[in-house]
Amino acid sequence: MSMTLGEKIIARAAGVDSVKPNDIHTVTLDRMMSNDGTTHLTVDMYHNKLKHPQIADKDKVVFIMDHNVPAENPKTAEAHKKMRNFASENGIKLYEGQGICHQIMMEDYVCPGELIFGADSHTTTYGALGAFGTGVGCTDFLYAMTTGTSWVMVPETIRFNLHGSLREGVYARDLILTIIGDIGANGANYKIMEFSGDGAHNLSIDERIVLCNLTVEAGAKAGIVEPDEKVVEYCKAHGREAVHMFKSDEDATFAAVYDYDLSKIEPVVVRPDFVDNFALLKDVKEEKITIDEAFLGSCNNGRLVDLRAAAEVVKGKKIHPNVRFIVAPASKAVYIEALKEGIITTLMEAGAMIMNCNCSVCWGSCQGVIGENEVLISTGTRNFKGRAGHPTSKVYMASAATVAASAVAGYITGNTAE
Amino acid sequence: MSNQVWKFHNDVDTDQIIASQYLLLPDIESMKQYTFESLDPTFADKVHPGDIVVAGENFGCGSSREQAPSFLKALGVQAVIAISFAIIFYRNSINIGLPVIVCKDLYDNVEDGGEADLDLTAGTVTANGKTFTCTKLPEYMQNILSAGGLISFLNKEEA
Repeated sequence: MSMTLGEKIIARAAGVDSVKPNDIHTVTLDRMMSNDGTTHLTVDMYHNKLKHPQIADKDKVVFIMDHNVPAENPKTAEAHKKMRNFASENGIKLYEGQGICHQIMMEDYVCPGELIFGADSHTTTYGALGAFGTGVGCTDFLYAMTTGTSWVMVPETIRFNLHGSLREGVYARDLILTIIGDIGANGANYKIMEFSGDGAHNLSIDERIVLCNLTVEAGAKAGIVEPDEKVVEYCKAHGREAVHMFKSDEDATFAAVYDYDLSKIEPVVVRPDFVDNFALLKDVKEEKITIDEAFLGSCNNGRLVDLRAAAEVVKGKKIHPNVRFIVAPASKAVYIEALKEGIITTLMEAGAMIMNCNCSVCWGSCQGVIGENEVLISTGTRNFKGRAGHPTSKVYMASAATVAASAVAGYITGNTAE
Repeated sequence: MSNQVWKFHNDVDTDQIIASQYLLLPDIESMKQYTFESLDPTFADKVHPGDIVVAGENFGCGSSREQAPSFLKALGVQAVIAISFAIIFYRNSINIGLPVIVCKDLYDNVEDGGEADLDLTAGTVTANGKTFTCTKLPEYMQNILSAGGLISFLNKEEA
């Protein structure tokens, strides 16, 4: 039976020849990741609720502290201690202060064709390497960690055929925000968003991460780019072998098919308070919307290419005196590379504050929180009401270049070099 | 028996159900008072056991934080009945034993503060004298919900 890329990954994990949408299968998970947003609750349930507490395969479990690292108050410190102790008692690999969970998973674990559960919604990121990553809650995570298995209802697949290349000054972030604007925040609810075509293969792995990471904002169960030679090379460079390079059969059934000409994508600004509140930068910049803070970072947009794009914009300029420009590299590896390239120096000389590599401003619960009625332009993942601080504050979303240009201008604008 | 309805709009996201700054509090009991804080700061004080949350489309979109359905359950909410749900919230709710019911027609036929009567076995909900049919859960998910959630389901599997 013909299958899509995502269906083939589920069939492999279920140990069956074929699956079809809406079937429910028991699957063996390739890996399970949990971060400090919820692990303390998982640990409590493990000790207090399970009749037979056990871990099926500790080597498939990864704990990553990234949301509130280092701890900002005694309660967080206690939650972290619980996570740290559990990892140590059970021989689970723990990362602390190394970066955002999804970036670490990309650097150290993900392989094409794998089925991975992460206790974080942006686990869809792993599709950048042709894997099926999906976000789950801590009860699902606990069941998976205990049994090594879970259940999956096979989603339908929506295919996005991408053609050509993005123009200079237009980024993968503009592309995915455009797609979400088109299909809506509910547009791919419980669907797999599959990206293929020459345009998808033209994108670097870093750009594919941006694409897959935000598919959950359209409601997707997973976002997957058809893996190719770039995936093989990425895995090899990180000491891994790409084995299961699935792609959709020619006659596979899709719930819908969309075509995007990448050369037609324009810089985007998403207005508050919803991820599909799409607008074009050229229209928004006419309004000269004053900002109080600009944030560059997050699992969506805190990689080297993003920091580099921002550095090019601010080089030799000064951040507007009324703006806090906060930068958080996505991982220690990214941070070190940015230091070597001089990117961090450029950003700091312009007036940016460089933060520890964590979730930072994006999730509004560590540093860089915004106050009453303040306005933030961000490369974060969401712009929900109060997402980055006070419920009356406003979050606009845009690319790294647009965020940097706005930080210099003091209002939302693009890079004047464009 | 009829129960009070708390009605919310489309696209209620998990940050509105529970804001991120409360997620690292030690347990569900100390977090639940902040449920729906940005939409109705007094919700946690006013909601009664058995009350029903009614919502539009895409309820629970956003984060995978399981605290969102856990608080609703801890506050005694009997069920959430929406036109549609975001999938992570939906799955988390079943996993913790909170009934999540898809019903296309209730939303336009009940007002905030009104009353509704949910019959989970029959798969119907009645409000303002009209009875509406709800979408049936697949058997596998119904079994998890009937067991009281995924952990009870697991403990039974291993019994």
